[in-house]
Amino acid sequence: MSDHRENVSHRFDRVPETAADREVEGRPSRAAVLDFWEERFGVPRDVFEGYSFWEKGSGKLWAFAGDVSAPTEVEALGMTFLRVRQEHWKPTTDAAQRFGPHATKNVVHLEEDLARRFVAGETVDPEWDGDWGYLVVTHDLAGNPAPLGVGLYLYDELRSQIPKGRRRAID
Amino acid sequence: MVLERYEPLVDDYEAFRAACERPLPSVVRVNTIKTTVSRATDALAEGGYEFERADWLPELLRLDSRRPGTSWPYFHGWLYGQEEVSALPAVVCDPHPGERVFDPCAAPGSKTTQLAARMDDTGTLVANDSNLGRLSALRSNAERCGVTNLVVTHGDARNFSLKPFDGEPFDRALVDVPCSCEGTIRKNPDAFDDWNLGHVRSVSGIQRAILRRAVQVTREGGTVVYSTCTFAPEENEAVLDAVLGEEDCRLVPFEVDLETRPGVTEWDGERFDGSVRHAKRVYPHLNDTGGFFCAKLEVGA
Repeated sequence: MSDHRENVSHRFDRVPETAADREVEGRPSRAAVLDFWEERFGVPRDVFEGYSFWEKGSGKLWAFAGDVSAPTEVEALGMTFLRVRQEHWKPTTDAAQRFGPHATKNVVHLEEDLARRFVAGETVDPEWDGDWGYLVVTHDLAGNPAPLGVGLYLYDELRSQIPKGRRRAID
Repeated sequence: MVLERYEPLVDDYEAFRAACERPLPSVVRVNTIKTTVSRATDALAEGGYEFERADWLPELLRLDSRRPGTSWPYFHGWLYGQEEVSALPAVVCDPHPGERVFDPCAAPGSKTTQLAARMDDTGTLVANDSNLGRLSALRSNAERCGVTNLVVTHGDARNFSLKPFDGEPFDRALVDVPCSCEGTIRKNPDAFDDWNLGHVRSVSGIQRAILRRAVQVTREGGTVVYSTCTFAPEENEAVLDAVLGEEDCRLVPFEVDLETRPGVTEWDGERFDGSVRHAKRVYPHLNDTGGFFCAKLEVGA
């Protein structure tokens, strides 16, 4: 069963409950993923209750609302929601939109003009006194903040992380 | 001309012909996984879009001539561009939160994401397609809509395997098969270019095998919805008639707040099981939509 102890690019493997349970060196644990969302963005752990977490390939985590026992030969399981290959973990745009409404910290709010430039892929420079690193980026839509995606805040500027295929020139 | 063969079936043939020549209104469905209908309509109004709601389904909005692809609510995954009548089968399928639902011919995902929303993004929704390129469109559409209860598989729906799912059958299936697409003529003016009776007959064999497999993997008492976007009885009532004879299932009546016509029991010298009348035909002139066919089956019992 040695193939269970390494990442196989086409197969989903369950994220272990804790670091002590892991069989693949370096694979993050469920506990670490929940800690990340809670510590970095203030997303309560119970938001992910009932979700199972999976890794396919190296460093790409998926969140699935249910559970399956043996997800061999499937193409997708829920949503790609977190990239953990680098030192700093990065939520996907879709995860920021889906779970971002629960975020209470490291959320930067953009005015209309900056929001438009951000989703077109531009680097913008909003007022921000908080941490550097990946932030959830919001703007107001229909009277309430709505998350656009993720930005990387470094050296007083916010770099858009909206993937090329999702960028838009909003009307 | 393809449409002429349906003159015996359609009560107002001239209106039918005329409707098929008009372009289709632009319609979006509000994705209730990420927002509410009222918030989405507020966002569209803020963007200067004009729209009206469809009476039969509150999530459907008919837009003025502007396409919504560059609007804020579209960017947020609050809207999905979907032909109005293609929203029918997921409504008839009526999946509940927490159920296990099968969508064997899922890409590019308008009906899949609609099913997920009706399940409140809970339970398990298995979406299969045989075409990898179309599967990639399905995946990106589902992720933009924030769907997380979805398992995507790649394979031939005719021999779909329950193995990854512990052999556990589904509560419901939405079988929206590949078809000759005659009913999309208002959207695709070249839909009839490759039409020939040989293709209709060969695709009907595939449709029959896909529907059979879906019935087999649905639990007793479960619901299977069969739909196409074609008028051809060979691909509609004849497929139902064949599967009724092969699998333990029956057609059941259903109500929908759209103008429809019953399934036809005779075509081209062939007679079908009388219960195919429970199926519904939607002609373009009846509700100013595309053409469609939808049937509801109950498995076993």
